[in-house]
Amino acid sequence: MIRDPRDLQRYTASERANHWMVGICFILLALSGLAFFHPALYPLAELFGGGAWARILHPWIGVIMAVLFVVMFIRFAGNNTMGAADWDWLSKIDRMVDGDDHDMPAQGKYNGGQKLLFWLLSISMVLLTVSGVIMWRSQFDFSTGLIRLAVVVHAASAAFMIGLILMHVYAAIWTRGTVRAMLYGTVTRAWAKQHHREWYRQMTGKN
Amino acid sequence: MALQSLDIAQRSATTTAMPQVRKTVEVAKLIDVSACIGCKACQAACMEWNDLRPEVGRNVGIYDNPQDLDDKTWTLMRFTEVEQENGLEWLIRKDGCMHCEDPGCLKACPAPGAIVQYSNGIVDFHQENCIGCGYCVTGCPFDVPRISKTDNKAYKCTLCSDRVAVGQAPACAKVCPTGAITFGAKEDMIHHAETRIADLKERGYSNAGLYDPKGVGGTHVMYVLHHADKPTLYAGLPKNPSISATVALWKGVAKPLALFALGAAAVGSLLHYVMKGPNQVSKEIEDEVEKEDAQ
Amino acid sequence: MTNHWVDIKNADLVLIMGGNAAEAHVCGFKWVQEAKQDRKAKLVVVDPRFTRSAAVADYYAPIRAGSDIAFLSGVINYLLENDQIQHEYVKAHTNAPFLIDPDFGFKDGVFTGYNADKRSYNKATWGYQLDENGFARVDPSMQDPNCVLQLMKRHFARYDADTVSRITGTPKDAFLKICGMIAECANPKRTMTILYALGWTQHSIGSQNIRTMAMIQLLLGNMGMAGGGVNALRGHANVQGITDMCLYSEVLPGYLGSPTEADGGLDAFLVKRTPKMLRPGQMNYWSNYPKFMVSLLKAFYGNNATPYNDFRFDWLPKSDGAYDVLAMFERMHQGRMNGFVCQGFNPLASVANKTKVSAALSKLKFLVVIDPLATDTSEFWKNYGEHNDVDPTQIQTEVIRLPAALFAEHEGSFTNSGRVIQWHWKAADGPGETREDTAILGELYTRLRALYAAEGGAFPDPVLGLHWPYRIPTHPSSVELNREISGYAISDLADASGNVTVKAGQQLAGFAALRDDGSTACGNWLYSGMWSEAGNLTARRDNEDPSGLGQTLKWGFAWPANRRILYNRASCDANGKPWDPARSVIHWNGKAWGGNDIPDMRPNADPAESVGAFIMTGEGVARLFAPGMAEGPFPEHYEPFETPLGRNPMHPDVPAVTSNPAARVYQGDMEMFGTADEFPYVATTYRLAEHFHFWTKTSKLNAILQPEHFVEISEALAKEKGIRKGDVVRVRSNRGQIKAVAVVTKRIPVLDVDGRKVHTVGIPLHFGFKGETKPGYITNTLTPYVGDANSQTPEYKAFLVDIEKA
Repeated sequence: MIRDPRDLQRYTASERANHWMVGICFILLALSGLAFFHPALYPLAELFGGGAWARILHPWIGVIMAVLFVVMFIRFAGNNTMGAADWDWLSKIDRMVDGDDHDMPAQGKYNGGQKLLFWLLSISMVLLTVSGVIMWRSQFDFSTGLIRLAVVVHAASAAFMIGLILMHVYAAIWTRGTVRAMLYGTVTRAWAKQHHREWYRQMTGKN
Repeated sequence: MALQSLDIAQRSATTTAMPQVRKTVEVAKLIDVSACIGCKACQAACMEWNDLRPEVGRNVGIYDNPQDLDDKTWTLMRFTEVEQENGLEWLIRKDGCMHCEDPGCLKACPAPGAIVQYSNGIVDFHQENCIGCGYCVTGCPFDVPRISKTDNKAYKCTLCSDRVAVGQAPACAKVCPTGAITFGAKEDMIHHAETRIADLKERGYSNAGLYDPKGVGGTHVMYVLHHADKPTLYAGLPKNPSISATVALWKGVAKPLALFALGAAAVGSLLHYVMKGPNQVSKEIEDEVEKEDAQ
Repeated sequence: MTNHWVDIKNADLVLIMGGNAAEAHVCGFKWVQEAKQDRKAKLVVVDPRFTRSAAVADYYAPIRAGSDIAFLSGVINYLLENDQIQHEYVKAHTNAPFLIDPDFGFKDGVFTGYNADKRSYNKATWGYQLDENGFARVDPSMQDPNCVLQLMKRHFARYDADTVSRITGTPKDAFLKICGMIAECANPKRTMTILYALGWTQHSIGSQNIRTMAMIQLLLGNMGMAGGGVNALRGHANVQGITDMCLYSEVLPGYLGSPTEADGGLDAFLVKRTPKMLRPGQMNYWSNYPKFMVSLLKAFYGNNATPYNDFRFDWLPKSDGAYDVLAMFERMHQGRMNGFVCQGFNPLASVANKTKVSAALSKLKFLVVIDPLATDTSEFWKNYGEHNDVDPTQIQTEVIRLPAALFAEHEGSFTNSGRVIQWHWKAADGPGETREDTAILGELYTRLRALYAAEGGAFPDPVLGLHWPYRIPTHPSSVELNREISGYAISDLADASGNVTVKAGQQLAGFAALRDDGSTACGNWLYSGMWSEAGNLTARRDNEDPSGLGQTLKWGFAWPANRRILYNRASCDANGKPWDPARSVIHWNGKAWGGNDIPDMRPNADPAESVGAFIMTGEGVARLFAPGMAEGPFPEHYEPFETPLGRNPMHPDVPAVTSNPAARVYQGDMEMFGTADEFPYVATTYRLAEHFHFWTKTSKLNAILQPEHFVEISEALAKEKGIRKGDVVRVRSNRGQIKAVAVVTKRIPVLDVDGRKVHTVGIPLHFGFKGETKPGYITNTLTPYVGDANSQTPEYKAFLVDIEKA
């Protein structure tokens, strides 16, 4: 990787740290949660010291993630308001997926897909946190009926969120030059010009 | 835990077949509510045999003590005063695990081997495998399992599987002074129940019947009720218990489907990558930027 | 029990009244369930509360506490009016045809001979008309106006259904329905059993409660029958045993009378106690009284007792007055009893009027408590806050606690309610410094004896002369004691033709072998034969039951003579044929009596000899008219000493007979009775299935099952008083107050009595300031200090209280 002083700063160090803390929490939560999700994945619990430890740690990690997610939400929410261009972008996503992005609408710092992901992740996070608290027997005592509902919500939103994150990760890998944004904070101007032209304009003043 | 692993017919969070070379006789405990005098000998015997001593509680204006099942109270007499057309009735039901043929707790449990069902029908918790998640509580249609506040393990009536394993009746049945609790082969218990029901019908309880709810595949703890048409009279015994629809959904096909979907997404991504190739910055733009730099 | 536990299963109708078998006799209640399930028996419960027994009953009727005689007298009236009695039985086996003294009468609530000042009767007119031979006159047609049956008809006619309902609060239709069910048992092939307990005995008219039921059973022909009888369910595993063994002051072992100063010497004593035959040819078994008494004295005093010194009758203590429990604490309270050895007894908790008992104990010089547990009594002097608010600095009583072993920590025998004596084996050593009761008493005796031997004293002879043959004098064994109680030959015993049948030193086969010449010793004639030459029969555990009636004659040993059903001769008609061949207890086979029990009859007594079935009475029949009772030969309804009505509805204008006119009331106690204007609610005390007396509050297991003192009130009273379930309430009587948790329940009925609403407050008795249960008050803080006129059992079951939210 060649660093170029003219690369564009996309994320500050603290934003990156925030993101990766959330990410690590997510990975831990996904691994421990999947252990309970289906017997086939129960061996994942061994990563945490066995089933009981996985049960003990999972909600505490969830609390950490929820707090960090809130911070991240506050940082990024402003850049994630959906506009007409975003819906336009989304309507053409099939072409994007097909690898043909030459006439995608110009995007700001985040494209429509990223913004939608942001909101869907946020909703999932709310559902997971609330249902998780309800299920957290060692700390709380909610009615069985409510817990029955919570476990379904928790499992469904977790599966959904894992799906979203898969998409998020793949998109980052698939779109070359992206991962460095979260590692070093910078992207090349070419990357920005190609994927986020509007942002490129804001950052460089060029067209 | 006392029967052999050879006798385990169902095991929580386990997707492969259990040993099937031998089949023991299906057992059942029959509780004849019409013959129960609420002496709580069963509660005392349960505590003694299992060496359980819950805290000495308070009187809160009722006869039920302790007031609810807990990690150290695996069976409990529940007293209900009911005024019916033929006068007052004091209905006394011994509450505890029903040992469902289709156990919701076992279905809900995520920890392999924490809950087992023996081929004789007894549903047993193996605390060494229990992770304390409480999903069994969610799965139970009778609100029976309790999670200990001290060790976070789940507890409930074992139907004295340790006694049954060596040919003894459960402690409660052994000690019941009026014969209201009997234990034996489920078939025999059903037969015994029929004689009791016939007797009750002769005494004017036209709706007397056996409580062996089909919604959970039948149970290995059954009741003879004077008012089998109204089980909820007996401290809220559910009329048609079944595993909650949400739990069934949660533990049913939804999860494998979700896993399949996630797997498909991962595999699809890989295929997408190899088939479509990475989304690189286009040569034109690279050049444009280089051009700018050259200026 | 005249019958026994297992025999309950043979009944067609089980009446539970004056007791709560399902609650207090949980294990025995299994036989009620057997009767219901296998014999299709009906269960009827009559109680002030809808009890655990009522929960499984076919029919329940409420009754006001303390009004049972009115109810039962109404039943008698119903049976007589509707002619639902078993005529042949009544004629053959009761004194219904007997003619009574024409001067006998009943007026204004009292029978003839009443002395209001002494509160007692001169019973001169309460007797049979005797013929020239001293035998009672009878009218077999039972038409003579002075015959017992006709007297009964007149006496009980006043108890019509409306009157009964007005006094008892039992709805008339419920009363009549139960009468109908009972009346069906006049059929010789149907029997009713009655299960009662302290709900009948603990009244100032307790003995008459039970007697009234005995009369019903006689009218129905149910005495002596399988599935019949009058069955007292005793409140202790061995309370039958203590009664039989005379742990009461007024009797010696085997219900022999305790001598008084007025008795004079042995001969006079025996003449007075040995009944005369009142009809020709009767067994009059009490005529053997001298044999029982002399054998007892031989057991007491051994070789020191000889025919030449009246078998040391002079060494027996002669009572100078009453020494029942109420009398004893009255003496203590008056400062006339200064020392108290309290063995296996917790009187502070279990005797009426705790305040008085506490004051009485405070006046003692010493109190020795022999008990496995640290009882409330042993700490009566200690301040436990509001629950035992005493000032230890003001109490000088020296308390000595001697820890005793529990029943399971030594061997011995229990006598159950069904009179079956059963040996039990030691299960474990007692903890710490505990010793067996016999070891404690043995040690005490040998030391006292040494002191008397060394120092003399006022009257050392009975102590020094006591027969004490035990291998370890400081620890008589249960084996030695049971052998002695059963009886042995002191010298060779010969039969009428001079052949020696029992050698000196051998165990006797039964009380028939007892002699009045000093050649036999027997600690209790009733128990004679339990340890014969065949060994310890109480240890037998053969449950063989060829008849299917549950007689199991090879299981333990039942007194008397291993007989399982008392008066079983009455299960047959005059010719010796069973009334119900399907449940034949015994029968006459043409030469002898035999069958499924030990005949309660001379084995070769041909029915043609007309030997009566009730062999213990001089007349050979059962007494519907019973002059032995203190308050009258017939029962009469009297109100409890604390009555919500303030008058006796049977005699509203005679205040003197509001309550039992023959009951003893101590000075000062009459003033402590409360009245309905201040204490408007009827209180009754009782047990719970979860506890046993004041023992199990020390057991965590039991405390878990029933942790805290509570009182039960109806929803109506709760509403009136603004009490919700779980509230702490204060219950006051004129003697004190307690606080407990309110259980508000539909199971306490509100009764319509004599034109007013009567509320009941139910108060379980098990709680106190010592133990694993939550600290609580002692229920007997509330109860009145008055007893039954015959037994002096305190009136725990009916008194007045007020209740309010604390």
